[in-house]
Amino acid sequence: MTTDTADGVEAVGVAPAADPGFLQRHGTTIEYVLIPGAALVGALAVFGVFVALFGKNPLDLYFYMYQGAFGTWFSWQNTLARAAPLILTALCTALPAQLGMVIIGGEGALLIGALAATGAALALPSMPPLVVQLAMVCAGMIGGGSWIMLSGGLRQYRGVNETISSLLLVYIALAILNHLVEGVMRDPASLNKPSTREIGAANMIGSIPGTDVHWGLVFGLIAAVASYILIYHTVFGFAARVAGGNIRAAKIVGLGVGKLIMTICFLAGASAGLAGMVEVAAVQGRTNANLAAGYGFTGILVAFLARQNPLAIIPVAILLGGISASGGLLQRRLGLPDASVQVLQGIIFAFVLASDALYGRIGFLKGKS
Amino acid sequence: MDFGRISRRHLLQGSAALTLGSALGARSALAADTTIGFIYVGSRDDYGYNQAHAQGAAALKKIPGLKIVEEEKVAETDAVEKTMESMINLDGATLLFPTSFGYYNPHMIKMANKFPKLRFEHCGGLWSEKDPKNAGSYFGYIDEAQYISGIVAGYTSKTGKLGFVAAKPIPQVLRNINAFTLGAKLANPKATTQVIFTGDWSMPVKEAEATNSLIDQGVDVLTCHVDGPKTMVENAARRGAMVCGYHVNQSPLAPKAYLTGAEWNWEALYPKFVKMIAAGESIPNFYRGGLKEEIVKVSPYGEAVSAEARKHADDVKAKLTAGDYTIFKGPIMDNKGKAVIAAGTDRGQKDPELEKMDYLVEGVIGATS
Repeated sequence: MTTDTADGVEAVGVAPAADPGFLQRHGTTIEYVLIPGAALVGALAVFGVFVALFGKNPLDLYFYMYQGAFGTWFSWQNTLARAAPLILTALCTALPAQLGMVIIGGEGALLIGALAATGAALALPSMPPLVVQLAMVCAGMIGGGSWIMLSGGLRQYRGVNETISSLLLVYIALAILNHLVEGVMRDPASLNKPSTREIGAANMIGSIPGTDVHWGLVFGLIAAVASYILIYHTVFGFAARVAGGNIRAAKIVGLGVGKLIMTICFLAGASAGLAGMVEVAAVQGRTNANLAAGYGFTGILVAFLARQNPLAIIPVAILLGGISASGGLLQRRLGLPDASVQVLQGIIFAFVLASDALYGRIGFLKGKS
Repeated sequence: MDFGRISRRHLLQGSAALTLGSALGARSALAADTTIGFIYVGSRDDYGYNQAHAQGAAALKKIPGLKIVEEEKVAETDAVEKTMESMINLDGATLLFPTSFGYYNPHMIKMANKFPKLRFEHCGGLWSEKDPKNAGSYFGYIDEAQYISGIVAGYTSKTGKLGFVAAKPIPQVLRNINAFTLGAKLANPKATTQVIFTGDWSMPVKEAEATNSLIDQGVDVLTCHVDGPKTMVENAARRGAMVCGYHVNQSPLAPKAYLTGAEWNWEALYPKFVKMIAAGESIPNFYRGGLKEEIVKVSPYGEAVSAEARKHADDVKAKLTAGDYTIFKGPIMDNKGKAVIAAGTDRGQKDPELEKMDYLVEGVIGATS
């Protein structure tokens, strides 16, 4: 059995043939690919049945999903553009998760970040674009970071549950945004769609050359890789994971848990705030209620599907970006309602959570030790 | 690049179809595979704003040779840009109707610049000279229909207290509230309209609360201006109040309580647009109209509407349809006692001053901020 499987692996050219213990030694890594992959296939199969119940051909479904998400260069750009904000907002949940905190308020940090970035741009009307853009990045990250730090502070110093407080802060952020956009920051010319003044075409950060995908994707990739290095390859990250594993043990060994919580919450919020800045500087050109498009909430889903691993967030965000990119084609070609995409996301979520129970229990991957 | 080739091919197809159309006449132009894309911000069966547009799209489906593609629940972010491009690249759409207000700038403008040979028509009436020539915007003076609703409501209310559930205090909404109130005062000079702003376009819980709170204060006829009037109509009918609808005919939701309503008439306008294109005429970039131009209409009266009310309403409707009636005719005072339209000043439907409306007329209980 073991030899057979090892031969199979050799055929793919991944492992040396003379190493019968390969599967066991790399069991954990393989599990991280195999289990979510199987969960995804299972979810797609169940969704196929669901669609068949509505009298549509599941094979058409899979074909259109592929075509809409990854089938053409245009589809790829569509997918990546939708994935970009999700990488950043997912980090807002994944980073605090290292400390055992469940933060679900990325949407609020995104809105505050967008508002702060817009404010920065409007406050510097005659500066060169690069200065304005840097100021927007800083303002967006500080705005979003402080917002999630509020949740972290409430948890650390007042014992308030961070999940609830971060969620409630989303509604406060939205109210602040509406208040400012319909009040002091309103462009008097925006009659029927209250908005701030535009940041100006020169200050827009534009697209990655040769594509239609904005720079938010690059920011997201950098942030995800940096987060991974921070969490898994630095003393700070190690301390955070220790505190996440057992907060009392962390305190006993003398780790500054309060400082860890505040710093991680700031970085998490800064990431979502950066997503807000990108929405303003690459897409909308100003702040208005359009910004509350739910990227912060989809980011929670991405983070959980990626099992809070900053690197895994990248493929998961691309996958969910692809699902939402193909959603339009499903509506147009198969006449499915928009809600069907949410059904699929729900099924995937349920499968991935349920598959958590399989880690370390797959027989042929178990080590002898 | 793959998609560049596709879009050029479709551009050629599209322009070939148009050239053919002008050469051979309307029928043959439409016999070619002309694809029209409709994009909605909410669900297309919301008994409201989006359904009104979907009814217009359904009217086009009856015309042979036209292929209609539709996508619902598309956010007012770069998602709508991608949806437009996807309809162009993957479905070959040559005419697009992004129907939500927030789709216009920057999203539709960006696409109109990117695909200069395709036609973009936006609902909301924002086009100005600086915008691309292949983009257009259309809108209707639906306050004329609200005025008729007001007359009917004024006759029907026993308490003289009318209620208005509104989204945001922006000019378009204020104009509807004011026209409704002025109409009601024709029937009952003492009638008042209590208005509650929910703060956003789709807030079902707040809309239900507002409806209940208005009825608790003695209001017995209600209307609204939100994206989906369903919540207000069903709740009011359950509480025994009468309703005037908005966007589409909601009488199936409350057959006994439905008096009349202000409806869009997109099913008349969209086929008109298509015929203009097929005949080689250009659609005016800025297209407006009211009852006379058949862009808005009034729902058939419900059984609770008295003969007196019908007669008065029909009388005013006939004058508005003939184009010789002014709703905003001075003197008009606002509800703070200030004269907003001086005696002797007539502000006709096309008066740009009305587009900047920021007051509530005498008889409205409520504040704009």
